[in-house]
Amino acid sequence: MMFFLFTRARRGALLIGGALLVLSACQSKPDTAALDRLPYIGERQVVPRADGGPADTLYATIPAFTLTDQDSATITNDTFKNKVYVADFFFATCPSICPKMQSEMLRVYEKFKDNPRVLFLSHTIDPEHDSVAVLRDYAQRLGVQDASRWHFATASHDTIFSLARAYYVSAQKDASLAGGFAHSGAFTLIDSQRRIRGVYDGMNPDEVARLIEDLPVLLKEEAETTAQAAL
Amino acid sequence: MRWRAADWLRLGGFLAAGTLAAGCFTERQNAGAKLYAQHCAHCHGDEGQGLRRLIPPLAGADYVAQNRSGLACLVRRGVNGPMVVNGIAFNQVMPGHEDLTDSEITNLLNFVQSSWGNKGEPYTIREVSERLQGCAGSDGQ
Repeated sequence: MMFFLFTRARRGALLIGGALLVLSACQSKPDTAALDRLPYIGERQVVPRADGGPADTLYATIPAFTLTDQDSATITNDTFKNKVYVADFFFATCPSICPKMQSEMLRVYEKFKDNPRVLFLSHTIDPEHDSVAVLRDYAQRLGVQDASRWHFATASHDTIFSLARAYYVSAQKDASLAGGFAHSGAFTLIDSQRRIRGVYDGMNPDEVARLIEDLPVLLKEEAETTAQAAL
Repeated sequence: MRWRAADWLRLGGFLAAGTLAAGCFTERQNAGAKLYAQHCAHCHGDEGQGLRRLIPPLAGADYVAQNRSGLACLVRRGVNGPMVVNGIAFNQVMPGHEDLTDSEITNLLNFVQSSWGNKGEPYTIREVSERLQGCAGSDGQ
């Protein structure tokens, strides 16, 4: 009897162990296999349809904006129509995190240089200092010759700071810091419908590597959506 | 071969001595590297490579070799405006470092002068303090 109980207990333990193994195998799968669809970041709204059909889900989007880039060109949301883009916030004389951030962004840019569907948008959070001429000099020094691929943009202080919030970047004036501004080094990935599909820490090479892996996933989704719309 | 108690003791002693010795030296040696990672690497790069034409390199930089005596004050007070390094004109703002002691600046400069192929003559703390007096930047520590 004792023996029987023991074996039952042992069989039970084996079963539980086996189940755990299987479970852990399931859980580790999403880490190893690439996602086939990127998440939507931010608040969502579920809107009932007038015809009583299934409700629509509206995802957070980047608000309408008008900026000026390093070529003095006006850029708006339409500039990024049918494209995906990566946005960040910096300033030209930033002595702390910006050079590191922009060198990481440069890494993404180099990877997708030959794909005109991927654009880049860097906003200055110091529009008083960073004139169009300063932004052009900055871009050229960074080796970005084609403004239509990587825009370095400025606008009024208020416009920039409210946009930063929309891109999930924190930015504020802080006179106590070298450079005079505090801001996070986030890179935000936006799809062609202005929706936020990823936020990455631009100071962390591993996170930037994740962005480099995520971009083709988003591009594939965009291509499929376009193909379906064309049917 | 079977290990006797004496062998174990000997091994233990050897390891302990190794750890102690490492404790004495590595921290000093790494001080410059740590300070560099903390205060400089974000702009000048992990390998002192700089960033394109935006941030000047320190690795293999003629400026570092030729301005040996001016570097302590450059770190203390920062620098603003045009500067030519390896034939390339840079124009950026580098912040000063009021928070570093004279000996930390010494460690930092010695790290830069001896890393990534740089072969500058090492500094003594006394020399760095003297140089820093030139920009009223010595804290005597």
